[in-house]
Amino acid sequence: MHIAHLLASSMGGIRAAGDLVARMQLSKKMRITEAKEYVADKLHVTPLDLSDPTLMRQLREELDIGVITGVPGIAKGMAAKVRIAELLDIQINCVEQFKKKTGLVTGPKSAGN
Amino acid sequence: MKILTRMGDSSNVELTKEELRTEFEQGSEYAAKKAKVPVLTENEVDYLVDMFAAPTRIWGCQRGNEVVMTKDGCVNALNSSRMSSGVVAPVNREVGVRLFESMLGFDSMEISHNDYSVKPQRFLKALEMLHVELLMETTIFPLLYGFMPNLGLYYRPDGSFENPSDLLPIGKIDEARQTQEEAGKACLDDCIEMSDCMLEMGADGIDFDTVASTGDAEFYRVLQACDHVANDTGLPVEIGMSAEMVLGFHGQLEYNGKRLAGMWPHQQLQICEEAGCAIFGPVSNTNTKKTVPWNLGKALTFVKACTEIAKIPVHPNVGMGVGGVPMFETPAVDVVTRCSAAMIEIGHADGL
Repeated sequence: MHIAHLLASSMGGIRAAGDLVARMQLSKKMRITEAKEYVADKLHVTPLDLSDPTLMRQLREELDIGVITGVPGIAKGMAAKVRIAELLDIQINCVEQFKKKTGLVTGPKSAGN
Repeated sequence: MKILTRMGDSSNVELTKEELRTEFEQGSEYAAKKAKVPVLTENEVDYLVDMFAAPTRIWGCQRGNEVVMTKDGCVNALNSSRMSSGVVAPVNREVGVRLFESMLGFDSMEISHNDYSVKPQRFLKALEMLHVELLMETTIFPLLYGFMPNLGLYYRPDGSFENPSDLLPIGKIDEARQTQEEAGKACLDDCIEMSDCMLEMGADGIDFDTVASTGDAEFYRVLQACDHVANDTGLPVEIGMSAEMVLGFHGQLEYNGKRLAGMWPHQQLQICEEAGCAIFGPVSNTNTKKTVPWNLGKALTFVKACTEIAKIPVHPNVGMGVGGVPMFETPAVDVVTRCSAAMIEIGHADGL
């Protein structure tokens, strides 16, 4: 059933720019049109381009924000999210926690439980 | 000419074009009458009739109209049993989440335990925190942490509080209300504890799923939890409902002066917005004795009423047995893809 929805309606996550648009919906409560326009503006593309895996695959590699296939040396995981936060000009919680843990910014480290 | 489609239990049914149109209209009229919202327009019904009359196996939204997916139940579809439509694949959460990101191309994901309710998850708090923390290191897409509040687990025989289902039939209404309020407080404490601890683990948000499954008392406590998480911790909150109408098991609870019992999706949306919710997931429950077109007409009418007034993204639930999708453990792609695309093209959903 998940695959049916993905085929019919999904932007495709990190295949394209779905993860970026999802971040704008979560962090800024943007409706879909506004979220797409915001991300498209930051990436200097059109909203239509955001769902195009062909264009976005190349662009993601250029911007080094993580790609869907396994390519040595391209940003993955936390490194990709650090770059995404800068690109979109948003705060990503795990990036902020990472910076605190590694001392890259001052602030209380995670106390844990 | 007969058009092959399905019933709400996923069995096949053949309809003429006129019968197909009538199904959409009657489903929409049912929802409109219940929730006091507008029916689908003639153009919208025309689109739906054309969609279902087309002989293609799958359908999709128009290119450029794609939306983002949020997920509940973590990787239960992979490693759980039939209860979650799972295939008992030998994958753990770390592997499963990575597969959802890279192999399936999901836009976001939720981390949760296989035993998806907050009450059992609270005893595994450290384990849950560790899984969130570890996955934050290796994934790129947004990751939420989620659970069902599932107030029912706090009542006897599963929990320690008296069960209102035992009290109401014997006329103990005040006692039934009181136990719901007391159990709800315990549920609220657990929801807050499991949400707060995920802030330091780096979670991108919290997902409260199947909200109001036990009625207005559960909805009340989830709204309070949402208010705390959204406003005190800053974590985004997604609220996914469990039913199209909030059951008034308590009947007198209010949030911000609005009675919760009897709320329909567009009213649920507004109260969730007031509580600080970031994404709202309305539900329309599938009637297995009606056709998928009837159920989809109903679902779209509810969803449209939400998206027309929403200030936050609306992600209608389109899983098994909701959003027009048949109540069957493996719903067929011919109807799932149609329901999915219809939610975008007609319902104007911001996600699914």
